[in-house]
Amino acid sequence: MPHLDAAYNLARWLTRNEHDAEDVVQDAYLRAFRFFDGFRGDEGRAWLLTIVRHTCYSWLEKNRPAEVSAGFDEEAPAEERAGFDPDMMVAEGGNPEAIALQNAQRRILNQAIAELPLGFREVLILRELEDLSYKEIARVIDVPVGTVMSRLARARKLLRQSAPLRAMSGLPAAEVKP
Amino acid sequence: MNCRDALDLVDGYVDGELDLVKSLEIEQHLGACPACKVQYDQVRELGSGIRAHALYHAAPKGLRARVAAALPREPASRMRAWGWRGMAAALALATLLGLGFGLTLLQPGADERLAREVVAAHVRSLMADHLMDVASSDQHTVKPWIAGKLDFSPPVEDLAARGYALAGGRLDYLGERGVMALVYRRHAHVINLFVWPQASGADSGVRSDSIQGYNVAHFTRAGMVFWAVSDLNPEEFKAFVGLVRDQLASAR
Ligand SMILES: [Zn+2]
Repeated sequence: MPHLDAAYNLARWLTRNEHDAEDVVQDAYLRAFRFFDGFRGDEGRAWLLTIVRHTCYSWLEKNRPAEVSAGFDEEAPAEERAGFDPDMMVAEGGNPEAIALQNAQRRILNQAIAELPLGFREVLILRELEDLSYKEIARVIDVPVGTVMSRLARARKLLRQSAPLRAMSGLPAAEVKP
Repeated sequence: MNCRDALDLVDGYVDGELDLVKSLEIEQHLGACPACKVQYDQVRELGSGIRAHALYHAAPKGLRARVAAALPREPASRMRAWGWRGMAAALALATLLGLGFGLTLLQPGADERLAREVVAAHVRSLMADHLMDVASSDQHTVKPWIAGKLDFSPPVEDLAARGYALAGGRLDYLGERGVMALVYRRHAHVINLFVWPQASGADSGVRSDSIQGYNVAHFTRAGMVFWAVSDLNPEEFKAFVGLVRDQLASAR
């Protein structure tokens, strides 16, 4: 059963729920194996991720339709996005300060990614965590390569603009084009 | 390169996706423009931050076993025994029950989407070593090979006598399902013919279009959906589609 981790990672990030991700992965493999002996190699991974993504979208459209298009506007100015809850900055008690801070930062980063609109989240995950090329991503999400680049740029901009993330890294806000 | 161009391309540069010329141009710009350099550094830092700290959700322990248990022991064997009519019935039932299986093809606008998928599959098939799973001009070789892999018995016919030589077959993936792809050649041109059964198998006329420079045509006949795609000239392409409709689709 090839690429199970990649399949689960994508499903988990897109559904944002462990149980739903497991259901989606099972369904995706059923669809895939119904017709093929299995996908091997990198080509197979991108192919399988295409099926996993399709299955995620079908699942979300059926169960949480609002999430599919929520906040996904490639043209809207970036500052319209709400910031993140500063309470998330609170460090866990009981740990040495540095570790607590790092854990809090990690939590904030993951929360910030999880809150990205679906269409931006998926390109970020496919690029940064699955290490797919623009061309592969284009095939998985069925858009032109140029769209992959602009969507990825926008996803990163949205992330950098989340207030806690800025506080965490000391980075200035991303420049917003007028 | 000006700042606007540089900012548009900085993500592609960080991701190593620019061609050599563009890479050199942006490199030069970043060396001379501190404002853009800041943006570049931020994109890079964010990337390494994500790769270092974002959770990679590896599959939980029980999932492999769970998926393995759910998979049929012999893939698609039951459906294959039913043949394509059984498959069509199952699809019709699924549609009735609203299970969503196979519904993609029935939605408005789905045809254009599928047409784009067909063109993408065609282009992909022309890349190295991807055109054919079984290379044979003999329909008696191609047909059983495909029937053994897919859950329907496909119509396969060599049209060499009419100027379109069968070159082989392949499994492909379109509209969320496995399909048969027959490969034909006309002079130096490749034609991909995708075929699969469809529940609402009402016969339809040929609809065709040109997408990204490729000719695409499709129709439904006797419960089977046919999609053809090629860079062949429109006249010969049209003739091929007509042949398929008259011979292959009715020779089942
Ligand atoms: Zn500049």
